[in-house]
Amino acid sequence: MDAAEAVRRLEIADLYAGYADCLDADRLEDWPGFFTEDCRYRVVSAENYEAGLPLGIIYATSKNMLIDRVMALRRANIYEPQRYRHLIANIRLGAAAAEGIAAEANFLVVRTMQDGAMTVFAAGRYVDRIVQTGEGWKFARKDAVLDSRRIDTLLAIPI
Amino acid sequence: MDPHTLAWPKEGNSRVPYRVFSDPEIYRAELERVFLGPTWQFLALDGELPAAGDYKTGFLGETPVIVTRGEDGEIHAMVNRCAHRGNLVCLKERGHADALTCVYHSWSYDLCGNLKSVAFRRGIAGKGGMPEDFRLEEHGLRKLRTDHFAGLVFGTVSEAAPPLADYIGNLIGARIGRVLHARPKILGTTSQILHNNWKLYVENVKDTYHATLLHTFFATFRVSRLTAGGGVMIAEGGGNHASYTRGKTDLVGAEGSDKLYAGIQSMRDGLSLKDPRLLQSAEEFGDDVTVQILSVFPNFVLQQIHNSVALRLVLPKGPDETELQWIYLGFEGDDAAMTELRLLQSNLVGPAGYISMEDGAVGGFVQRAIKGSEDDHSLLEMGGHEHNSQETRTTEASIRGFWQAYRPLMGW
Repeated sequence: MDAAEAVRRLEIADLYAGYADCLDADRLEDWPGFFTEDCRYRVVSAENYEAGLPLGIIYATSKNMLIDRVMALRRANIYEPQRYRHLIANIRLGAAAAEGIAAEANFLVVRTMQDGAMTVFAAGRYVDRIVQTGEGWKFARKDAVLDSRRIDTLLAIPI
Repeated sequence: MDPHTLAWPKEGNSRVPYRVFSDPEIYRAELERVFLGPTWQFLALDGELPAAGDYKTGFLGETPVIVTRGEDGEIHAMVNRCAHRGNLVCLKERGHADALTCVYHSWSYDLCGNLKSVAFRRGIAGKGGMPEDFRLEEHGLRKLRTDHFAGLVFGTVSEAAPPLADYIGNLIGARIGRVLHARPKILGTTSQILHNNWKLYVENVKDTYHATLLHTFFATFRVSRLTAGGGVMIAEGGGNHASYTRGKTDLVGAEGSDKLYAGIQSMRDGLSLKDPRLLQSAEEFGDDVTVQILSVFPNFVLQQIHNSVALRLVLPKGPDETELQWIYLGFEGDDAAMTELRLLQSNLVGPAGYISMEDGAVGGFVQRAIKGSEDDHSLLEMGGHEHNSQETRTTEASIRGFWQAYRPLMGW
């Protein structure tokens, strides 16, 4: 691994760490900033993903749709106070190419409700494409592929 | 409590004792009388099992079932429990097999559930084996009746249930046909675990009054308002319903509507979407109905919200737990743009849906609130006391219809 490659790996690890912290620290307004303008973000089940079924539990095809989702979560949707703790690990990078870097990473999301009830809310892997922009690395594609098809109660905060 | 001793309030269907949502004995009785009683429950889409040997598993209430495509080209269904020692015969949720063989002792059934072979039936070297009078044909899997409607396969273990088309009825049957206008194809599935009794979710589906109040996204972005024309159709017997919103109509004008919804915080803020593509819709059903929510007693739901079409199956998992399964549909003949539109609109529904995520939680809120109040009851008087079709959604008539269909099965 040359020095440029090592730096890139550190920068992308930082990207994932920042992404997790943004969601876990309830800075949802900053979350769309991790994506390109014409991004695609989906939350899908492994079952559908492996069967080639396109349905997303969340299915967004622009950064503006992510901004809209945050606005709806803040102003229109009703859900109990809760927080996530993302653990993102095992980042795996493909070779750099013109369309960006293919990346995968595992995630574990523990959800804590206002009464203290804690559950493993989601586990799975991100299947991403990361691109370099004038403002640093951004997600051009992000599929959060959930190992389970079952969602406990509802999915409000993104994965 | 013993279900026989429950006294239903004298007001009838406009009161529901909270005990029916939490009592374990009542729940046990429902599994027998409702889910293994004279009711039809959704099992599969006809097109899901195209080839002989294709199978999937499902449930009648909590009773596991297998649904197969037989060698005869017909759909068959049976209880997923080996006639020998009660083991699950099919372990996988779907697959393909020439025969259904129990892993425990290799008892093997054909695709119709008939027992075809028993391992070591004659014993070994003249010792052991089944008695001489053992008859394979007396020990098949318990078979369900199956019936079809508009490409949907339903099943029942009851001989008393009328033919499916009669059970659904013409009024609601026509509303199913309106949505399932072509051969469906599955876009994906998902499921939600709800921490509430199954009937609280069914009540929610039949509650035409709550949608634009609880789901403030609906009203804020004008996806649906009660001030648009619409109503609710309720089948004779009460158990099946279809509510509809005639979204391009407005009973009181845009200003009047905004005034009626002015109490909702997000309305006052004048919110709008930066990328409203998911609120766009395509002409599809040949009328002005933009939202139609339909149910068939006890636990089947067909949803059309703009071009988002989904089946929902409400599966009981205990007195206070429910699995809500979603099957999202497109149709053969959809072009890429239509599929994309349906996928974008799917943001409105499901576990993260802008206008449905609250439904995942509100039943659990009720379940928590009624603890200690089992002898109290809920109040269902919006739109009167009857369970008749009404040309308004500001009514709880179809919830009362559910109880009208449910109570006789439970002896109340």
